[in-house]
Amino acid sequence: MRRRTLGGKVFRAMLWVAFGLFFLFPLYAMADFSTRNLISGGRTMQAWQNLIADEALYQSIVISLLLAGFTVVAMLLVLVPTMIWVRLRTPWAKGMVEFLCLLPLTIPALVIVVGLRNVYLWVTYFLGESALTLTFVYVVLVLPFAYRAIDAALAAIDLKTLAEAARSLGAGWATTILRVVVPNIWSGILSAAFISIAVVLGEYTIASLSGYQTLQVQIVQIGKTDGPTSVAASLAVLLFGFVLLLVLSLLTRGRRRATVENVVQPGVAA
Amino acid sequence: MKRSLLAVSAASVLVLAGLIACAPPEKKSEGEKTQSGVNASEAKSAADFGGMDALVEAAKREGELNVIALPPDWANYGAIIKAFSDKYGIKVNSAQPDAASQDEINAANQQKGKSTAPDVFDLGQSVALANTAMFAPYTVATWDDIPAAYKDPNGAWVNDYGGYMSIGFDSSKVPPVTGVDDLLKPEYKGKVALNGDPTQAGSAFSGVLMVALSQGGSADDIAPGVDFFRKLKAAGAFLPVDPTPATIESGQTPVVIDWNYLNAAVTAKLPSWQVVVPPNAVVAGYYYQAINKDAPHPAAARLWQEFLYGDQGQNLLAAGGVRPVRADQMLQAGTIDKAVVNKIPVIDGPVTVPSPDQTEKATKYLADNWAGAIG
Amino acid sequence: MLRRLRDALPLLPFLAVVVIFLIIPTVTVIVSAFFADGAFSLARIEALFSGTALAALWKSVLLSASTALIGAFLGAVLAWLIVSSPPTSMVRRAVISLCSVLAQFGGVALAFAFLATIGLNGVLTLWVQQVFGWNLAGSGWLYSLTGLILVYTYFQIPLMVIVFVPALEGLREQWREAAVSLGASTWRYWREVAVPLLTPAFLGSALLLFANAFAAYATAAALVSQGSPILPLLIRAALTSEVVLGQSGFAYALALEMIIVVAVVMVAYNALVRRTARWLR
Repeated sequence: MRRRTLGGKVFRAMLWVAFGLFFLFPLYAMADFSTRNLISGGRTMQAWQNLIADEALYQSIVISLLLAGFTVVAMLLVLVPTMIWVRLRTPWAKGMVEFLCLLPLTIPALVIVVGLRNVYLWVTYFLGESALTLTFVYVVLVLPFAYRAIDAALAAIDLKTLAEAARSLGAGWATTILRVVVPNIWSGILSAAFISIAVVLGEYTIASLSGYQTLQVQIVQIGKTDGPTSVAASLAVLLFGFVLLLVLSLLTRGRRRATVENVVQPGVAA
Repeated sequence: MKRSLLAVSAASVLVLAGLIACAPPEKKSEGEKTQSGVNASEAKSAADFGGMDALVEAAKREGELNVIALPPDWANYGAIIKAFSDKYGIKVNSAQPDAASQDEINAANQQKGKSTAPDVFDLGQSVALANTAMFAPYTVATWDDIPAAYKDPNGAWVNDYGGYMSIGFDSSKVPPVTGVDDLLKPEYKGKVALNGDPTQAGSAFSGVLMVALSQGGSADDIAPGVDFFRKLKAAGAFLPVDPTPATIESGQTPVVIDWNYLNAAVTAKLPSWQVVVPPNAVVAGYYYQAINKDAPHPAAARLWQEFLYGDQGQNLLAAGGVRPVRADQMLQAGTIDKAVVNKIPVIDGPVTVPSPDQTEKATKYLADNWAGAIG
Repeated sequence: MLRRLRDALPLLPFLAVVVIFLIIPTVTVIVSAFFADGAFSLARIEALFSGTALAALWKSVLLSASTALIGAFLGAVLAWLIVSSPPTSMVRRAVISLCSVLAQFGGVALAFAFLATIGLNGVLTLWVQQVFGWNLAGSGWLYSLTGLILVYTYFQIPLMVIVFVPALEGLREQWREAAVSLGASTWRYWREVAVPLLTPAFLGSALLLFANAFAAYATAAALVSQGSPILPLLIRAALTSEVVLGQSGFAYALALEMIIVVAVVMVAYNALVRRTARWLR
């Protein structure tokens, strides 16, 4: 055990307080600002009520939540079978799949949206004009996070034996994946899902420059006229993301050793 | 082995890229055919529909109208939208009330072919003249009442209303403003806001032009205006925030450079708000009304034009403190609402209205220099 | 060969999604930067050297570099604080979760957080006004480059924490004990063992922070509505007002510039990270 001097402890405590203030004060300010009546002073919950009362804002919340759900489902449907297949049947493709999954780290979302116009002309031609067509691009955006999470989970189980056993007992591929492998990598799937939800809810770049009205786009538009409501919505999103990730870290108990090649994406939501 | 696989995949990617790079086939909009067989989206006047009643019928069949960037307090648009909706039973979808002129064009481009695309535009001069290719020509019933200077000969656009650029200020928060030069005084530190970015919004463009005039510039030379804003920024007076009724009421933007009718609308809500038009720098600006060539509701769009330029529409506009484009003719004919006629501002002295060429030159100058001046 | 292709068939959905929505847009950008109106031309690339574009690039580099340095130093300190607390404590989990949210998903929300704090009607502004009589919000500095530096730091520090904590965790206690048993003081341990080991990770993380700030868009877009001081905002202007800016397709050249800068930085980051991973796994 390292000896902790009193001076060291005090120093540490002071640093904690300083960082705590820096990070928590703006969150407190958001809560205060969003409940303040700007014109006549005093408190009002109008801004928070607007989350449901304001038609445009409410619609955008619904769309964003739907988008998050669709993205998670699409990502799992595309990624999980692919990664299982690569591990089992085409190990020579592992390098390429990993490279493709981590490529979104190097290509900023802003660049993707600039080049996306022609592609989306086709997408709207076939699939219509709803904001839900953003699902495909969002799947690409969350690939790095999801890949890491699912890869770690797959590496921790003996996939080959499990699959062989299931197949030799007569299970088809669908049953093998759904009923044998998935329950064993559940923590990885949850991790991928929660992080994807947080990314989609916070995504602004692609939605705004493509002209879709998702939650973040609506928050910025409302922010021009109604400060408290947009601050309330922002705080709600931050808290929701925080709770999601906290629950996730509690569910995947035990210290997962994250590696230095960490999963961060330049310019996703920031 | 691996290399050839790589080559094959690379080749297929390029081929695919080439294919995707071509745009998909345009969805042919099956517009309504009118009685005379003319496609509704190409109708150039009510006659093409077979008369005003047929136009009303066609519009009612469409049932909806998409408008954009029309705040309820701007030139009384709130009342106009309601009157139109009540008279014809057509649902009006008002999107992005706080958008700038450029945002209207962007929305039309981004949502081309969708049912949510804007049907009609109300644009500032610089943005309007730069995008005439997107307008569908249409001549309203009262076309001849409008002076030639305020309309495009082919009917692509028509001026709808105009006003003068002014400085509005909250007399309870700052000392009275008598001219543009006052704004450099220390009492106005951190308090002066401009309505929008002059490369995107008509009101901001005219605001910079007004400031240019007060500093010795002219409609041909907007540079003194940009320089003045550079000085404002250096003095810490310029507030890079878009003023809206909400920011004005909450005291965030105590001094606003904006159209006189918008500032007048604020006075109705905030009695301490005063408006001054600088005596030696009067800039008048008209807004441009146009129909989207790819409007999802072409008949309703044309009916909206007819409504705006009819007597009822022009009177409603005048109630918003603007000078409607048919004001002169209506004053002579006596069709203007007496109660409202007093609201039309009287201006003595020279008024500057920039010509399209001057606007283009100024816009180019702004595009090159504005960001550097206030960045 | 044929068998490999047949085996790879189930990978098709994944490949299709990635190719259509990632590869093709990127290729479009790179190719379109060199083509104007269908013919090969360097006109768009030349526009990158105009006054406005160079100024935006310079300000972006300035913003990214300054927030990367500040974020790296402060983030390393915070990471050290976190690592010295017990591994499974609630505080640690909560802090790491908060860092994740702020670093990666909070662009627009952060802009509004600072508006609520030191904006014109912000909580801190009003409080300081009442108590000290100073006007913190002043001339709206929050909406210009200085403001951006402050808000960017707010998500750079948590990002540094997320990336640097694993590196700190890799510093094994045994090494410290070995050094002590050989007679080294704490100071000497840090200077000759820990710091050289951590330097590649620190530099690599700083590079990552740079790339992150350079490519960041949402925060700036939410805060700044007048002018385009930095590169991402210039891309926004180029995308939304082609006619007024007079240069069609300018956005492609700007996006190409962004890819190049970010790619170079990320390659350097990966090289440094590989060096670190050797020691700290």
